[in-house]
Amino acid sequence: MTVQIKTIDLEPKRHTFGHIARRLGGDKPATRYQEATLDLQATDNFHYKPLWEPEYWHYDTRKTAVVMEDWYKPLDPRQFYYATYNISRANANQAVERNFTFVEERDLLGKLDAALKAKLISGLLPIRHLHWGSNMNMAEACQRGYGTAVTAPCIFSAGDHLGMAQIVSRIGLLLDEQTGAALDTAKDAWMNDPAWQGVRRLIEDTFVERDWFHLYVAQTLGVNAVLLDLVYKHADAAWGPAAVPVAMLTEFMADWRAEEGKWSDAVVKTVAAESEANKALISGWAKTWIDRAEAAARPLATALLGDAAAATAAADAARTRARSLGLSL
Amino acid sequence: MAQIASITLLHNDDARPIIEAILADNPGVRVLNMPGAVKLDRDDELVINRASVEERLGRSWEPQEIQLVLISMAGNLDEDDDHFTLSWKH
Repeated sequence: MTVQIKTIDLEPKRHTFGHIARRLGGDKPATRYQEATLDLQATDNFHYKPLWEPEYWHYDTRKTAVVMEDWYKPLDPRQFYYATYNISRANANQAVERNFTFVEERDLLGKLDAALKAKLISGLLPIRHLHWGSNMNMAEACQRGYGTAVTAPCIFSAGDHLGMAQIVSRIGLLLDEQTGAALDTAKDAWMNDPAWQGVRRLIEDTFVERDWFHLYVAQTLGVNAVLLDLVYKHADAAWGPAAVPVAMLTEFMADWRAEEGKWSDAVVKTVAAESEANKALISGWAKTWIDRAEAAARPLATALLGDAAAATAAADAARTRARSLGLSL
Repeated sequence: MAQIASITLLHNDDARPIIEAILADNPGVRVLNMPGAVKLDRDDELVINRASVEERLGRSWEPQEIQLVLISMAGNLDEDDDHFTLSWKH
């Protein structure tokens, strides 16, 4: 006699939430990303008008000049929601820790000569202040933005910038035997060194930009694509014998740029493709901020590398990137 | 009579993009839903393309990763960096 084990497949009554099903055009299994993103932000029935800005509601599409019929169109190709973002960053952090252990055990930074240490302190460490400013900007884009599809990855990006600022700070602590003196010197360079003043002025000017998508373009195509790429991608030659340990310790920044670039490019591309008016606005913003970032990057590139060619290279790469997103510069 | 190439996968979040990629890339595939698993049958050949899975997954994906959700399969396997193909061709 054979025993046949039978199974019954119970069809669930619903595969996903009603508001997700309406988005997907039918009741089918949705991904966690979709369920954690689509139509999550409140849109109606706020109790109190925000008195600090009474011309707007809390979430208001008019807080930027670009117009989207649906702010859930610019989705994140990485499909990050809370869990996937944190898992991905926890893994990245393990790699960072391993690299720091490697460099610390061999004392690769501690045994550099004093001149090179001083160059790292005044040339690399001040970028932690730029990361902090970028953190402010992405948090601002999150709080003024519209729709979870854009605002959630913005706050992830803000977290990434804080993490990168911490990585840079730890490089400083490796250089000064954990006293923090290098960070004070770097702060002074950020405040007073002529090489950094253009960068500082640029990031401080972005702080007062109230149009959140304008700010988003300034941050992703200006700060990230020109200034961060200059320091992390085009400045290897500046660090001489320290180039390899610096590249190891800033590996996360390179990986992050490649990964976040996919998202920020997709958002800009989608919003620009929505209408000619959007495209014209975003093109104007991109041109302004890439040009400004190039001007700010020139003295920094000269201080690091001896001439401004790397600044031009970074800015040209940013322009090519912007054009590939459908912008006309 | 056509021989059936078949793959059985766990039916979970990790496998869903793969299942969707198979449904999109293999016209005429037959789906058998079971509790916690899904069996996909197709005459002669069943192919999983890396590019199709990556498009749905939103990150890079290697065909080897299918082992994490694979229960069973039928057919001769041809696997490389870009695809994972089951067929009865030799």
